[in-house]
Amino acid sequence: MTRFVVRRNLLAWLVVGAVAGVTATAHAQAPVTITDPWVRATVPGQKATGAFLQITAHEAVTLVGGKTPVAPVVEIHEMKMVGDRMQMRALPNGLAIGAGQTVALEPGGYHVMLIDLPKAVEVGQKVPLTLTFTTTNGERLDVDIEAEVRPLGRMGRPMSHGGLGHGPQR
Amino acid sequence: MGRFIGALRRIIWVLLCAVVLSACSDRASFHAQEITGAEFGRDFALPDTEGQVRRLADFRGEVVALYFGFIQCPDVCPTALARAVEVKRLLGAQGERFRVVFITVDPERDRPGVVRAYLDAFDPTFVGLIPPDAATLEATAKAFRVFYRKVPTGASYTMDHTATTFVYDPKGKLRLAVPHAMGATQFAEDVARLLAEAP
Repeated sequence: MTRFVVRRNLLAWLVVGAVAGVTATAHAQAPVTITDPWVRATVPGQKATGAFLQITAHEAVTLVGGKTPVAPVVEIHEMKMVGDRMQMRALPNGLAIGAGQTVALEPGGYHVMLIDLPKAVEVGQKVPLTLTFTTTNGERLDVDIEAEVRPLGRMGRPMSHGGLGHGPQR
Repeated sequence: MGRFIGALRRIIWVLLCAVVLSACSDRASFHAQEITGAEFGRDFALPDTEGQVRRLADFRGEVVALYFGFIQCPDVCPTALARAVEVKRLLGAQGERFRVVFITVDPERDRPGVVRAYLDAFDPTFVGLIPPDAATLEATAKAFRVFYRKVPTGASYTMDHTATTFVYDPKGKLRLAVPHAMGATQFAEDVARLLAEAP
């Protein structure tokens, strides 16, 4: 279990509180739980890497972005195979997670992309990462975590989808 | 009655043939897609991270696994390279005759120094090839029927690319197309089979 800090946008709190009287409630638990966050190590000169983690939402949220001191740009990306081609795309509307759902950001799927690294991210380092979510009532929610750095040469989880891709045509 | 015996004989004969044939095809089939005799991917001639031009002939006697990718990629490329490390480990002593060659489709960002450092993180014997210009990259990709495309993302760009690994036998003939999703164990079995083929 990772220790993390949740900061709700105070202004949103006040507005919602004034209008609704009952807000997104004073949670006995944080609205999201983050587990097993890690970042893939880089070598000097490598400009980007990925952060991977599991997110469990206790209310419907959308992961819309993030911040980290190790990279000026953070984007939420999806990797997918289309036939034998690899495609990576930034998710324009973020990653929506329903109440009670757990979504894994792991190799072969979603990841948090850390871009324009000024220097290498090394094994042994802890990478502070703030993840920004929006809730259904328009609140912003910042969650602070620390991700361990794992070696570059490490195997991701074996890809689960079976079947052979389409090789080149003869 | 005689007709019945004849029919039975025929059935047994057919069954026997089926067993023999399936045994043969079992022995002859690879986990990966076999592309023996393919009209593409005959050779390459590209500078490595030390600036030396490398060709397929440099790796005679080895099974070569050739992969196109780019190192600013957080996902598929490290996964494919980590799988190659695992294949080599599974091959044991035979692993010395397994050669990984990585061609970048992003030579603009993947300069020799960073490619070398990146591959060293997996295995120092992995060879990195860097097309010296866009025209060479295009010609190489075309020769291998490999697709690549630069795609802008919010802050920079990423590359879509074919994630198939091409495998050559020790004589330098293109034999297999290994899909990205295939596991290391099956890959290693295929490589072992190629290494065991009569010279």
